[in-house]
Amino acid sequence: MNDAARRVGAIALRHYYLVRGSWPRILDLIYWPALQMLLWGFITLFFMENSSWVAQTAGVLLSAALLWDVLFRSQISLFTGFLEEPWSRNLANLLITPLRPAEFMLALAATSLARTLIGVGGAAVLAWLLFDFSLLALGAPLAAFFANLAVLGWAIGLLVSGLVLRFGLGAQGLGWALVFLIQPVSGVFYPVAVLPEWLRPVAWTLPSSHLFEGMRAVLVDGTFRADLLANAIALNAVWLTAGVCGFLFLLRRARELGLILQSGE
Amino acid sequence: MPVGGGGRRADRRSRFDYGNAMPEPALRVVDLTKRYRSALAVDAVSFAVESGETVALLGGNGAGKTTVLGMLLGLVAPTSGRIAALGCDMRRRPRGALARMNFSSPYVDMPHRLTVRENFSVFARLYALDNAGARTAALARELGFEDLLDRPVGTLSAGQKTRASLARALLNRPDLLLLDEPTASLDPDTADVVRTALEAYRERTGAAILLASHNMAEVERLCDRAIVLKAGRTVACGAPAALIARYGRRDLEEVFLDIARGRAA
Repeated sequence: MNDAARRVGAIALRHYYLVRGSWPRILDLIYWPALQMLLWGFITLFFMENSSWVAQTAGVLLSAALLWDVLFRSQISLFTGFLEEPWSRNLANLLITPLRPAEFMLALAATSLARTLIGVGGAAVLAWLLFDFSLLALGAPLAAFFANLAVLGWAIGLLVSGLVLRFGLGAQGLGWALVFLIQPVSGVFYPVAVLPEWLRPVAWTLPSSHLFEGMRAVLVDGTFRADLLANAIALNAVWLTAGVCGFLFLLRRARELGLILQSGE
Repeated sequence: MPVGGGGRRADRRSRFDYGNAMPEPALRVVDLTKRYRSALAVDAVSFAVESGETVALLGGNGAGKTTVLGMLLGLVAPTSGRIAALGCDMRRRPRGALARMNFSSPYVDMPHRLTVRENFSVFARLYALDNAGARTAALARELGFEDLLDRPVGTLSAGQKTRASLARALLNRPDLLLLDEPTASLDPDTADVVRTALEAYRERTGAAILLASHNMAEVERLCDRAIVLKAGRTVACGAPAALIARYGRRDLEEVFLDIARGRAA
């Protein structure tokens, strides 16, 4: 294994040790995804009898809830993974090793992916057991939806992590809340067409809007919209570039302002 | 290409060209300056630390010691000046040197929830070390914390944490070791263990050590030279005995007070 891979592995190992030794963190991996799934499962059961649209496509709300959780989990897992360093006043220790910022970001993304797979995977299994609903009904596009939503979560996670580097732990509230700013305009549970006309152009700048429209196309119309996926991939490239560049820029500003040694609670 | 040329790369090399006859110091700092908006934190500080030498960075609170250490480690971006550590230009290509440097400070912690052994395992990977287990055991034996290896760092006392932190800083056998107040808040017995370990390490490896300290007895015991900063500027430099003689005082503490209160030598 080369040195860069060992360094990425070291950060991943640090998070494995952290989770392994903390039952609240283990519980946290599955608790919220399972709760979300239960809530939307029961809402689905209710709408099955009271909404013709949902009754025609039983899995659309549960699929939306689970895929939204992919985006949310990947963002919040990357962000909390980053926060562990200033929380434990360990950031300076990491940044004086040969660890490169790119390796740090990659390691955070890798641990975020593992946490997201465990959380959403666990919730998906519960949905199958409790509501006889399988996320696999989305077929092969599921992998593309999952990957793109995870990447968008990383982009947002990197950006808000950079804000904590620059503005300190006081900015962490923004990191918890920012992802919810895009939820109403992402068309998670309803088509983008529901939004006011002036808001739709904003929605189409988000990869998530294209992905949730694509999800509904698969489940409601039984068609796979390659154009929507292509749009999402292109937009994700822009968002990920913005996330990486934002993190690097804010790290540089933190160094210029001498904030790294002061980071911590 | 002009005679003696080599383009930009040759220009970079020439910044730290010490000539053929002179051995390159482990650390050379030239006109290092840090300005935060209108405040000048470090003002054109220059010094060198040879291999096998221990040098103290002294000064009152806010004199600029920690800022200097931060700049040497790449945690604080200098406004101007040059830093060559172990032959590497730290402002352009720090990675080669970072693998052979380390740092310990009571203001930087290891992750609290991980055990000491888990922390060392992570940092050993970050430094691409083989035989991390044996190295960890040897350091724990030398610094007297073998019985603490499987305890979470957060459960250690201040003295135990300091010893573990110093051991972490010695994990990669650094050729250049930077220490910020290595014995702050330690009882005399533990402080002596730490000082003895530092002396033994330098004796054994020929490493260069730069330490910031407020403990003048410690500086007299450990250091070949002391650099005294005041308001970010170098105001005195020399061997502790020479400084004591120059100021006509009994010990370094009296010299420190003279300098801090503006009394001339």
